This record gives sequence, structure tokens and C-alpha cells, in this order.
Amino acid sequence: MNARNLILFGLVACLYMATGFMQSWNLSLSILNAALLATIAALGVNMQWGYAGLFSVGTMGFTALGGLAVVLISARPNTENWQAGGFGILLALVLGALSVAAAVFAWRALAKGRTRALIVAAILIGGFFLFRAVFDPSVTAVEAVNPQFAGNLGGLGLTSLAAWPVGGLLAAACAWAIGKTALGLRSDYLAIATLGIAEIIVSVIKNEDWLARGVKNLIDLPRPWPVPYEVDLQKQAGFLDFVASWGWDPVGASTIGVKLLYAGMFGLVLALVIWAFERALNSPWGRMMRAIRDNEVSAAAMGKDVTGRHLQVFILGSAAIGIAGAMMTSMDGQLTPGTYNPLRFTFLVWVMVIVGGSGNNWGTVLGGLLIGWLWLVVENIGPNIMGFITAGLPEGAIRAHLVGSAEHMRLLSMGVILLVVMRFSPRGLIPEK
Amino acid sequence: MDTLNALVAFLNFVFIPGLSYGAQLALGALGVTLIYGILRFSNFAHGDTMAFGAMITILVTWWFQSLGVSFGPLPTALLALPFGIAATAAFVLLIDRVVYRFYRRQKASSTIVVIVSLGVMFVMNGIIRFVIGVDEQNFSDGARFVLNPQEFKTATGLAEPLAIKTTQLVTVVTAIMVVAALFWFLQKTRTGKSMRAFSDNEDLALLSGINPDRVVAVTWILAAGIATIAGTLYGLDKSFKPFTYFQLLLPIFAAAIVGGLGNPLGAIAGGFVIAFSEVMVTNAWKKIVTYLVPESMAPDTLVQLLSTDYKFAVSFTILIIVLLFMPTGLFRGKAL
Repeated sequence: MNARNLILFGLVACLYMATGFMQSWNLSLSILNAALLATIAALGVNMQWGYAGLFSVGTMGFTALGGLAVVLISARPNTENWQAGGFGILLALVLGALSVAAAVFAWRALAKGRTRALIVAAILIGGFFLFRAVFDPSVTAVEAVNPQFAGNLGGLGLTSLAAWPVGGLLAAACAWAIGKTALGLRSDYLAIATLGIAEIIVSVIKNEDWLARGVKNLIDLPRPWPVPYEVDLQKQAGFLDFVASWGWDPVGASTIGVKLLYAGMFGLVLALVIWAFERALNSPWGRMMRAIRDNEVSAAAMGKDVTGRHLQVFILGSAAIGIAGAMMTSMDGQLTPGTYNPLRFTFLVWVMVIVGGSGNNWGTVLGGLLIGWLWLVVENIGPNIMGFITAGLPEGAIRAHLVGSAEHMRLLSMGVILLVVMRFSPRGLIPEK
Repeated sequence: MDTLNALVAFLNFVFIPGLSYGAQLALGALGVTLIYGILRFSNFAHGDTMAFGAMITILVTWWFQSLGVSFGPLPTALLALPFGIAATAAFVLLIDRVVYRFYRRQKASSTIVVIVSLGVMFVMNGIIRFVIGVDEQNFSDGARFVLNPQEFKTATGLAEPLAIKTTQLVTVVTAIMVVAALFWFLQKTRTGKSMRAFSDNEDLALLSGINPDRVVAVTWILAAGIATIAGTLYGLDKSFKPFTYFQLLLPIFAAAIVGGLGNPLGAIAGGFVIAFSEVMVTNAWKKIVTYLVPESMAPDTLVQLLSTDYKFAVSFTILIIVLLFMPTGLFRGKAL
């Protein structure tokens, strides 16, 4: 790490400090926490794109899967709903998986020809109807129990810290399935397939009420283990004495303390991910990945399994994104499927990687913190700037429209930033060595 | 057994909606496939190009409506369409000049250009939201039905109504006209032939003196025109909401890939394959089945394979099947 990079990181730190001094520390820390999470996801994208040159735009889906993991692991179990039809749903899912497995098996075992196609199609169609026959009544039964407050199966009731790795596992499993079909073909196909699976994952979470209450949102998820609730903190004598000795306001100090604790935890995970990814990058494996990225044909000629390595790196990167998604949901304490938006959860992460410097983990971290800050700050100051620009215009509908739609400026500004960086500094702020 | 009513219900709920949706997807996929065939990248900004064109058309439509101009029973938007096409073509030519030309000259890899098109998508999306907002806009006017369901019922005495909306008829007729004009252009005119030559073998085309800048410019103009028409038709038929155009990317790309990327005929076939599968899988067949089976066997569920919320899953599944079993698509495209 040279002086130039340190200065860049210092400048980004100044942005956060400036927000803290000029607006509030609470806001500055919220932005930092969101940016840290986006940075972890960006490291996953960097592994896929920067290390291996894979173009995947399914980040939103993997983030949402991470969020789903938090519900499955840490939400309160709803015993009545389980009794109503939980086992029916599980049985249906097992049956569905079995029929897909049987179809794959039949495809491999039978000789090529029309008979095979018919048998496989029959297994899949029969399996689908069997699945629906078991699944539908169970879902109706589950959703009928206590629909105002539950109506879903609930989770295991464990600490939401345990959900972080599970989020990574779910995302990895999904990435395996996508990678198996779309890798090894032309690169755009992976992009389209991941774009599709991301939309589908989010629509499943939105519509399957038995799973996580769908668009009715699942709130009251417990906090991860060491983080206390602000109200509890404000009742603790030790905390009150400590705050009083510094002359701080207990309410403000407790919110900032909680946010600091989150920032510390996220920072720790980020550090672990960077350490692991850097080790991977500087190992023979990492050199092989870069060799494959730079020239697939010659790497294949040297006996490297290009598709196999691509699958590996795709799964690893997606797992990092899933972990970030789980951490985000466990910080928010709720799963709100309506908020998953591809512009924010997929394309913004891409902007971070490109701006920071694809192929370089430190560059990605810098890009993540910088773009994460910009994204949330432009939202706040955009209307002010627009108000200033349009100050000369007469009061009226046009001026009101311009000021009102200034929040959409951030899409425009992110697009312009991406285009400018791609054009004039394609290697990013901290280029790959 | 009541075959006639079942047939009418099938036409009303499956065939006619599928036909007009298929025409919209086919036009969208044609744009994607044209860009892919000539410029050799998957244009992720295409959904937003459609939205941009539709937006300009809507603004001009509103202006016409405020002037009291109308197109009789047809939607005023058809009159505004040429303005939308001109503005969108000018806009994408500007973007090509400012953004894409640089990468073309550099011979950048197609993945880089795809990422650049993401940036363009952001910019277009921002402009659209800035100008017209994120809300749903209604700009359809003129006669609502070509075939009024009530009149159909009284005229035929059937229990099932059959409705053909003006927008559906307009969509299908316009799509046929656009496709015919495009194929005539590609097959018969000198510029069209040079475009096909360029798509087939770029080096050979350059060697025989085809001007690449001209081919690229014509491609952008055609793509912008088709995108504007597709976007406006979709907006007339369903409704205009900027975000839905982004979501159309998946079925449009699925249609283009199913037909074989770079193959215009394939794009049209792919559009209808995707649209009809989507409508058939998400349609509730209860009514039609009830007419066809004896009364005792009438179903008490909706007989719906998938809820309409999962319509994207249909295009996705078809896409996956095609990728697994015939990566070059139904009609041989430029794959691999």
C-alpha cells in the first residue's frame, strides 16, 4: 500500500468525518454501516469480475437470499403454523427436489433419443403436479393461522449471528445451480441468467407468505448476539454512569454506541473477507484465475479447467454477497422484500467495483466506501442543490417538479460516474498490480 | 360440453392477450438482436430506450391532446410516434457518439461494452425519472374496443364475451407493418444488404468498401425506432411505468436468445414463444375446463399452473432450457 492509496483512503475518511461534524454522527455512522455492507458485497463482485472476468448481475438476488437466511434462522418459530402444514410444505419441497433429481438421473442414464426426452418431460410434469398437490393445501393451511401477525412458518429462533454464514451458504447453493447452466457459454448468457434469477428470488420472497410473510414484511427479527437494544442500554446503571461522566446525552449516546458496535462487527467481517480474498488472490489459485481471465484459450491449453474454475469463483463471490445480505437484514431487524431494487442492490455495487478498481480488493473497499457515501449523501443534498440551481426560475410547476424529482439525480450521477470512470480511468482509483 | 364457449374464452383470455404481448416482445427482441448482430454486444439499456421513446411519445401525445388534435377512434399516441422516434434516434446517436464509439474504435471486449451499456441504462433511467417521474402514466385515448364484449354477447347469444381492445389490434397491425418494413429494408435496399454483410463478416464487409460508421448509425436509428414503437405499444396496451420497462429486459432477452441472438426472424419467433408460454402458464384455466368437461368433473380450483406474480419465472425457465439444450437458439444465431 503506497502513499497515494493512503491519501485516497484518508480523503474518504474525511468525507465521513465531514458528514459527522456538519450533519450528525448518527447519519455518518448509518452511511458507514450501509457502505461497509455494500463493500463486502462489492468484494464478492470483484472476485467474480476482477479475478475471473465473469459478468454477473444477480447481486440483488443473493443479497435477498442472505436476508431470507436471517428469517429462517433467527425469527420466532410459529408452532401453530408449523402444526397446520409445515411438514406438508417440507414434504412437497422434498418431492419437488426428488423429481428434478430423478429427471437428471433419467437424462444421464437413458440413451439419447425421443424416448428419453419424453420420459424426462413426463417425470418433470408429473413431479410438478405431485408437488402442487401436496404444496397448495399445506400453504393454505399455514397461511390461514393467525394471518395478521404471523401466517408464516417462522424460523428456528437462534441468534441472528448464526444466519450470516447460512446466508452465504444459501447464496452459494443458488450460484452453483445458475453457474452449472450458464457458465461455459458466451459471457452475456451468465448476465441474463443472473438478472433473471435475481428477479425470481425477490418475487418468491415477495409472494410466498408462508416463508417470510411476503410483502406484509417480517419485523421484530432479533439483533445479532452482542448488540444490545437502545432502550435496555438506557436502563443500565453502568452505561448511565459512563455517559454521565463524559457529560453525554444517554439517548443519543446509546444509538451511536449501537451503531459503533455494528460498524465494529461489520469491519471485522470485512477484514476477514479481505484477508481471505487477498490470500486467495496471491496464491497459485489466484494466479491461475487471472491467467484464465486474461486468456481463456491458452489457460485451457495448459490443462486448466476453465468452466470448473469459473464455477468455483462464481460460488465464492456469491457467498460473500449472501453474507452481506444476511448482515444487512439482521442490522435492519426486518425483511422488507419491497425494498430490493436492482439499481441499488446490483448496479450500485458494480459502480463501486469499477470506480474502486476491479481486480484489486483494496480498490474495491475504497470504491465501496466512496460510492456508498455518495449514494446516500446525494439523496440528502440533491434537492438543496436543485433548489439553488433553480433559484432564478419563477415559482411554479416547473420549478417544483425539478426540485421534487432531484432525488432521481443520483441514478443519473451514478451512471455518469460509471461512464466517466470506464472511459478515462478504466482501471479504477487503485488499479490492479 | 360447450366447445364454442370454451373456444371464445380461450381466444379472449389466452390467444388475443398472448398475440399482442408477443408482438410487443418480438419488437423489443428485434431491437436487441439488431444491436447484437451489428454492434456485437447485449444492450442492457434497451429496456430504458423503450421507456425513453415511450416517454417522448407520451409528452407529445399530451401536447396534441391539449391542442385538441385527435386521431379519431385510434389512439393519439400513433400521431405522436414519429416525434418519439426522431427524438429517441437523435438521443441514441448522441450516446453512440459520446460513449460507444470510443470502445468500438478500441475494439474493446464485448463484456466491457455491456458494462458501459449498464452506465447508459442508469443515465437514461435517471433522465426518465427526472422528466416524467416514477408513477404510472395513462395516455391511451380513442375508442376502447374494436369488438365490444357486451355487443358480442348479444349478437351471438353466447355466455362468454369476446373483447378486442383497440390497443391490441393497433399493436398487432403496427408490429406486422414494422416487421415487414424492416425485412424489406434488410433484404432489398443497399444499406440493408450492407448491414447484413457487416453482421455476417465484418472484415470482409470493410474490405468491400462498406462504410462502418454508416452501418452503425443506421442500426442505431432502426433500433431506436423499433424500441420506441415497442415501448409505446406496450404502454398503450398495459400502462406506462418506467420500472416495468427495466423488468421487460428479461423476457426480451429471453426471446432474443430463444430465437438465436443476432437473428431477426428468431427474435420474432422467440417473442411469441415467450409470450404464449407466459400467458398459458399463468392463465387460470378453470372457466375453459369447466366448459369442456362434464358437469360432475368441473374443477373447484383455478387450474392455474403458476400465479401471475411468477411470470418472469416462465421466461427464465424457457431461457434455461434453451441454454442447456440448444445454446444457439431455435433459429441458428451467432452464438459461441
